[in-house]
Amino acid sequence: MRELTHLEQLEAEAIYIMREVAAECEKPVMLYSIGKDSSVMLHLAMKAFYPEKPPFPFLHIDTTWKFKEMITFRDETAKKLGIEMLVYTNMDGVKQGINPFNHGSAYTDIMKTQALKQALDMYGFTAAFGGGRRDEEKSRAKERVFSFRNAQHAWDPKNQRPEMWRLYNTKVNKGESIRVFPLSNWTEKDIWQYIRQENIDIVPLYYAKERPVVYRDGNIIMVDDDRMKLNSGEKIEMKKVRFRTLGCYPLTGGVESKADTLDAIIEETLQAITSERTSRVIDHEAAGSMERRKREGYF
Amino acid sequence: MRLREVWKGAKERDISRMKSLLKFITCGSVDDGKSTLIGHMLYDAKLIFADQEKALELDSKIGSREGKIDYSLLLDGLMAEREQGITIDVAYRYFTTEKRSFIVADTPGHEEYTRNMAVGASFADVAVILVDATQGMLIQTRRHIRICSLMGIKHFVFAINKMDLVHYDKNIYDKISRDIKRFVGEFDVDSIKMIPVSATEGDNVTKHSFKMLWYQEETLLEYLEDIELINFSKQEEFLMAVQRVSRPNHNFRGFQGQINAGEVSVGDDIIVLPSGEHAKVSGIYVTDQEVKTAQMGQPVTIQLDSEIDISRGCVICKNTSMKVTGIFTSKLFWMDEEALIPGRNYWIKLGTKILPAAVMNIKYKIDVNSGEQIPAEHIYKNELAVCDVILSEKCAVDIFDHNKDLGSFIFINRVSNMTSACGTVMHTLRRSDNLVWHETDITKKIRSEQKNQKTRTVWFTGLSGSGKSTLANELEKQLVAMGRHTMLLDGDNIRMGLNKNLGFTEVDRVENIRRIAEVAKLMNDAGLIVLTAFISPYEKDRENAREIIGDDFFEVYVSTSLEECERRDVKGLYKKARNGEIPNFTGITSPYEVPKSPNLIIDTKEITLDDAVSLLIEKLEENERNNV
Repeated sequence: MRELTHLEQLEAEAIYIMREVAAECEKPVMLYSIGKDSSVMLHLAMKAFYPEKPPFPFLHIDTTWKFKEMITFRDETAKKLGIEMLVYTNMDGVKQGINPFNHGSAYTDIMKTQALKQALDMYGFTAAFGGGRRDEEKSRAKERVFSFRNAQHAWDPKNQRPEMWRLYNTKVNKGESIRVFPLSNWTEKDIWQYIRQENIDIVPLYYAKERPVVYRDGNIIMVDDDRMKLNSGEKIEMKKVRFRTLGCYPLTGGVESKADTLDAIIEETLQAITSERTSRVIDHEAAGSMERRKREGYF
Repeated sequence: MRLREVWKGAKERDISRMKSLLKFITCGSVDDGKSTLIGHMLYDAKLIFADQEKALELDSKIGSREGKIDYSLLLDGLMAEREQGITIDVAYRYFTTEKRSFIVADTPGHEEYTRNMAVGASFADVAVILVDATQGMLIQTRRHIRICSLMGIKHFVFAINKMDLVHYDKNIYDKISRDIKRFVGEFDVDSIKMIPVSATEGDNVTKHSFKMLWYQEETLLEYLEDIELINFSKQEEFLMAVQRVSRPNHNFRGFQGQINAGEVSVGDDIIVLPSGEHAKVSGIYVTDQEVKTAQMGQPVTIQLDSEIDISRGCVICKNTSMKVTGIFTSKLFWMDEEALIPGRNYWIKLGTKILPAAVMNIKYKIDVNSGEQIPAEHIYKNELAVCDVILSEKCAVDIFDHNKDLGSFIFINRVSNMTSACGTVMHTLRRSDNLVWHETDITKKIRSEQKNQKTRTVWFTGLSGSGKSTLANELEKQLVAMGRHTMLLDGDNIRMGLNKNLGFTEVDRVENIRRIAEVAKLMNDAGLIVLTAFISPYEKDRENAREIIGDDFFEVYVSTSLEECERRDVKGLYKKARNGEIPNFTGITSPYEVPKSPNLIIDTKEITLDDAVSLLIEKLEENERNNV
């Protein structure tokens, strides 16, 4: 007998949670955002049920504004692993021409939050795994592993069910659904160390490379396609950049970096002087903005 | 450059040497300074990412106490908390030092949120309990020690805080230490440590204090880095609760779970509880790797050499002290607004098993301050009690002190689905152990809650042929489909039996309705939803029925017009009545008194059957909400 390493403990905890959901919840789904946390979560799901395939489908909410490399990676991953990958887009929003340049926070609401609600309702999923981590943001730090949403998909932070030991209560009331966060106790560093230990494939955007970018409001935005309109005074430059989080390319700030290997990324993470979500443009809006959006149904 | 070298060193150590993980909880009374202590620990250790630090300074300026950095803002994440200046829910924080990875559960001190504190305690291996040096031990401090102990914490650290406010006086520290030691003496703890600190000033948090040279032992952080938790010399027998059975194809059948104790190897003989059947381990996977041996804490898939019956909730073990039982004595911490009532049925989740259970008997409440045992009929929110629990079937149960995973459980309210309580098994019992049920009788409320419903008598009244029976029938089908327990009373099952001695005179009609109402009431008392379909033409009789049935009475007036009923004339009765063949026929030769204030009016000519049933369900649910 030996003491498990902290990564082994985190892995075991995540797998335990996934198996509980598979055993107790009526219709689970795993949200897949293509980012590094999703890659880790997917990897854990493959391990949790081995030699069986994960007994639930995966769901990607496609805003139509993701980096092209992300979509390629998503499709290749699904094919390679032989898993069921559902893709949902809020077509209503597309028809209305909702985009991240002109619609700001309404864009996030319509193309992400609303789209997610629509997809969950359409398929009738009763539990959805998400890759959220408690170290990301202050309101997340207080969320349970099993987090309940009412019929409007809203979170009531003041009335969370107590979660004792590993005895997760998965009973839902009519119309309620659950968000499950198996990576709750992982930090960004744990994620990178685990990716290294397990040799997990991640989207190449995480590695530094010469990419066409513009500097906008203190963020480095990559010009991923010709829908990106330049403001006066802006010009496209080739810079060696990488991304610490991935999302919609107009809303995802890159960092100048030389880190083009996993070890270099880990070293950079250890030296990190800005916490990860800084590079998500929407989080800056107001203190408490994340909590507000979650109450409204953001994942 | 120097910083870079430090980071480089840290990086190498980080990557090459995996560390252990320590989960600890901070708790104490309101305003003892928990959030400030942890905030300061993170800040001092330079473990905060730069922009969070910036946000902290900014936040501090806006809503601060005297313009200084308010470390607690690092942890109090929810808007409601910042506005109220208190911590209402557990906040988890993560940091790593050279020696260890840490997860801190910072928990609320406020009494109303004690259950959230218990959540943090169930997660932790070590409790750091803050005591305000200016106040000494408070009620909440004692409560928290008791709850930490209940949740299985064996290592306690007491941070005697606000030493700066008592001039770093050793005498005050010594007195509080003595009080604590005396109090903790009654609990089963493995280690206890006292440290005098000032969370706001930082004394003895991460750095030794120059103001308290009389204290030469470890700082709080040093102590947490070095504390030993597990005693590996203690040999435990293998135990694993089955989470799920994996059956991807006909050739593979594996039992998945996380090993709760001991080790298991291929070739080992195992026993399955509760069945007691034996088998040999033929294969083990730790996640996706096939191995020969696996140990406590690892997630595994175990294959056996024979096809014995194993499902989720079973326990696979080697020689074990675990008992198969349907009754045990437990400590219970109540967390629900609704009080515990003995005899009421709950879901219990024990290990990976979920089944119905009830508290047979509350032996006593435990006063959280004195530990005194107090007799009790009910247990209310935030109270501790010792109770006998009875399960609907026998299953494998361990003593909490022996195995935390298989000796702990939660109660789930079967109506609200709330996690009502958590508990730990003290010892198992046998039926022959001279058990007594609590004096509380099984009431109507308990019977209906067992069936997961609110009782009602839906009383359909209206002319012959108006559609009462059809509606009642369809409504009953819908209710049954929703998992409800019902009974339909109509002419067929009442007139043929119970009331077959009654005719159609006015006296008999009154008696007919009276008996139906009494039967409906009995069935409501049995926890059923009753539907009745009788013409019941007289207001006075319906009033009488309402009186007998009470709050459960729900009157539905099926208002289909006489014209329409006569046009339908399903049984040919109107024709006979018009021909004078039936005396006292309602609507023709006898009056129908329209209800004055029914709960619902339905005209079956105006609305489809489906819509009518939906409307009924909707109104019943609305009525349930307003009439609990």
